[in-house]
Amino acid sequence: MNQAYQRSGLPESNPTRASGLLADLHLDLPLLTGLILLCGFGLVVLYSASGQDMGQIQRQLIRLALAFLVMFLVAQIPPVQLRRLAPWLYGLGILLLLAVMIVGQVGKGAQRWLDLGLFRFQPSELTKLAVPMMIAWFLAEKSLPPTWKRLATAGIMILVPVLLIAKQPDLGTSLLVASAGIFVLFLAGLSWRFIVGMVLVAIPSGWVLWEWGMREYQRNRVLTFLDPERDPLGTGYHIIQSKIAIGSGGIYGKGWLNGTQSHLEFLPERTTDFIFAVLSEEFGFVGILLLLALYLFIIFRGLYIASHAQDTFSRLLAGALTLVFFVYLFVNTGMVSGILPVVGVPLPLISYGGTSLVTIMAGFGILMSIHTHRKLLPT
Amino acid sequence: MALLTKIRLKDHLRETRLFRDRVVVAVILVLLLVSGLILRLINLQIVNHDHFTTLSQDNRVKVQPLPPTRGLIYDRNGTILAQNLPTYSLEVTPERVEDMEKTLAGIGRIVEISDSDRRRFERLRKQKRRFDSIPIRIRLDPDEVARLAVSRHRFPGVEIQAKLLRDYPLGPVTAHVIGYVGRINQEELKTIDTSAYSGTSHIGKNGVEKTYEEMLHGKVGLQQVEVNALGRVIRVLQSQPPEPGRDLYLSLDAGLQAAAMEAFGDYTGGAVAIDPRNGQVLALVSQPGYDPNLFVEGISPKEYRALQQSEEKPLFNRALRGQYPPGSTVKPFIGLGGLETGVTDITRKTFCPGFFRLPGRKHKYRDWKKAGHGLVNLSDAITQSCDVYYYDLANRMGVDRLHAFLSRFGFGRRTGIDVAGERPGLLPSREWKRRARKQPWYPGETLIMGIGQGYFLSTPLQLAHATAVLAAGGIDHPPRVVQATLGSGDPAPVPLPPPQPVVLEKSLPGNWDDVVDAMVQVIEGRRGTARRIRDERYRIAGKTGTAQVFTVKQDEEYDADKISRKNRDHALFIAFAPVEDPRIAVAVIVENGEHGGSTAAPIAKRIMDYYLMGDR
Repeated sequence: MNQAYQRSGLPESNPTRASGLLADLHLDLPLLTGLILLCGFGLVVLYSASGQDMGQIQRQLIRLALAFLVMFLVAQIPPVQLRRLAPWLYGLGILLLLAVMIVGQVGKGAQRWLDLGLFRFQPSELTKLAVPMMIAWFLAEKSLPPTWKRLATAGIMILVPVLLIAKQPDLGTSLLVASAGIFVLFLAGLSWRFIVGMVLVAIPSGWVLWEWGMREYQRNRVLTFLDPERDPLGTGYHIIQSKIAIGSGGIYGKGWLNGTQSHLEFLPERTTDFIFAVLSEEFGFVGILLLLALYLFIIFRGLYIASHAQDTFSRLLAGALTLVFFVYLFVNTGMVSGILPVVGVPLPLISYGGTSLVTIMAGFGILMSIHTHRKLLPT
Repeated sequence: MALLTKIRLKDHLRETRLFRDRVVVAVILVLLLVSGLILRLINLQIVNHDHFTTLSQDNRVKVQPLPPTRGLIYDRNGTILAQNLPTYSLEVTPERVEDMEKTLAGIGRIVEISDSDRRRFERLRKQKRRFDSIPIRIRLDPDEVARLAVSRHRFPGVEIQAKLLRDYPLGPVTAHVIGYVGRINQEELKTIDTSAYSGTSHIGKNGVEKTYEEMLHGKVGLQQVEVNALGRVIRVLQSQPPEPGRDLYLSLDAGLQAAAMEAFGDYTGGAVAIDPRNGQVLALVSQPGYDPNLFVEGISPKEYRALQQSEEKPLFNRALRGQYPPGSTVKPFIGLGGLETGVTDITRKTFCPGFFRLPGRKHKYRDWKKAGHGLVNLSDAITQSCDVYYYDLANRMGVDRLHAFLSRFGFGRRTGIDVAGERPGLLPSREWKRRARKQPWYPGETLIMGIGQGYFLSTPLQLAHATAVLAAGGIDHPPRVVQATLGSGDPAPVPLPPPQPVVLEKSLPGNWDDVVDAMVQVIEGRRGTARRIRDERYRIAGKTGTAQVFTVKQDEEYDADKISRKNRDHALFIAFAPVEDPRIAVAVIVENGEHGGSTAAPIAKRIMDYYLMGDR
């Protein structure tokens, strides 16, 4: 049905569509600019956080190049193709998660990786994209808002990978995957009554989760979050030190390369999950505002793209991916500044490390594809 | 088809509107959450900025003390008496050692660790904190350092430490003057300003090292260092260098000191030489000495016991703390007292039959010369050391006048010398006896006091000081060892202000000359008790003395052969020279030396020869 609509003989030319080289390459200039500026800022912070280690900068540059390449390649895939791929990707993601679980039971502890010989692959990263794509595909099949039955089906589609990932256990990623799916539901017009109902259900189920669903270290994280001083040398140490780093930065910061908390190794995970604290210490409140401005610019551009998308699938997917990006940002900064529990979520595009970087940039590739493959529609 | 398209389009428009509504909600949500985050950051970075800045400073900045180097000590000729030598020690930090026994055994295969090293280690381990490093071996030789350096990596928590250790190059020769430094102990910790001593492990325990502790120690410096999360020092932020301790310049002559000790031979005793013109102490000898270097890093209990239990008592500072009856060496002072108080005059003669009896009493107070000295005047009584003359003189002066006059020469009280540990001796008086013994003063005790026996006790230092006052014609320069100090900023040693001299009252200056003349006769007279030390090159005034260790009963005679060496009399001698312009005053006590003239006087002579004539 939708495909029929797509092929309904509407005029090919689109006067609002950006022309020129970037458009031909299916790249969105404002989004690309925002991403490059953010990654550049990230490298500057990383240079300091890594203790001026050019080796780390080089490795991160290679990852960024790879991630931008992935973004570019994904941007070439028309949304139609993406929609066609959605169920397959979702199915593959579930299979791989199951595979990881089986391999993981052979090994010990958290198992998130699949060793594919040449490189290691984290299937949960795939589901970060596959789940919103799947839900968007599923909901776009019928008119919106979805019926209760379809909602329930979509809920199960979200829950399966989320539980599989949480079982690994990887609280951060399962949270992101869940939010990706939920954002699709929300954007698809999930009724407010349902949302309020869910919140009312969430509180007792939160208690159930606490009692039976959480590992000891996860509970500790929550407890430490509620009272970091509870264990100042153990789990609370991270938050206390990062709060000191942020607070001592003040308005203008201690200056680039001058952060004492990070350079003297008081700050843990300073190139990865806690890099925001390094930035706050060295660039101060002003630096944070700049960073947030860049992020918000990217997020608003993403939401703009979503609202100008031409079909339901694209809209839902673009909106959800953008909002997940915001969740990344908020969970990480909230965690580092001590208003959210410590869950292992990196600061998107800034934290050192490759896996999530590639996933995020692939997500932006989808956004660019959606925006640059539009056709003229009667308004 | 058209209808379908229309429915789709209508649906499409509805969906678009619905979606845009949701996006607006999302944008509002995003803005709300970001505002919440910004509020949080304002709270951390602006409202509580000072608080976190303090925490961040506390995190990274630690204050470390920079201990000052201890001042050096020189003698009057610039010979170094106390210095700081770099030494290597092997130290263990218990906290970082997993298996102490295994580690110590492993080290023991590379360098020798004696039982006493082990004991000291265990003792210090109990006192110190787990993260303090404790020496297991001290004074490593270069060979041992090299061997350890090669295999040290096998022993985490074990480190070779280079540090300055106090060293006394002359060892026993100056031990009793300089004293020594040792590790600060629990009691000292209570009295010292611990912040001034942070980083300093040693403190002056004795002698000049103790008296001048404050000057020698210097001022502690501070350094603010930046540390990382592991406590490792990354860099120095600010440093206030320590002010090294001041060097001390002593009036002591190390060569003289050594010569005097040598002159004692096998005898034990004390000798003090003072320049009567200014109170400068030239030699302060207690024989035997001991090696002060043993105490610097903590003496082993075994070595300490050996020193303590030695018959010769090497740790006992006889010059300062040895309290002996001055015997006949007080005769010149009492004689002068008799003249000055008008009780006697130089020509008045007393008959000495070999004993003295108080009127109406039977008890005989014997002279050392059984046959007696016959008719003697004051000069004879000094030259020949006639006891009977002095029994009579003391009897007529009475204890009160004796006490009053002798105290002017400093008997019975500390001289105030700047070497820690001096004892006051004892100049008896009625008041003292009532207080200390709860007894009245008996007339017989006055007689005994007249020949420097009985309760009367003085230290060699007191005797030398009194002799110096006599030599200086009644000018009392309080004795002092340290004459000048040199700080790091001073171009030359800065003299210590000399203590105010006290000028003794004289009723007739001629009396002093008479006593000195008599003392010259002790050496130059035909019957002088110290005639054997007569020297053509310079003139000496002196007085011999004997102090009883063993009381001879009435009607018994002192027979040296029958008495064990330990109970033989102490021999004393006081002297100054040259008589015309005295530059040195000496007091010598030879324990169990019997006769002042034969054992003590030659030692005093050796000291004067060395100092005045440069005899080496």
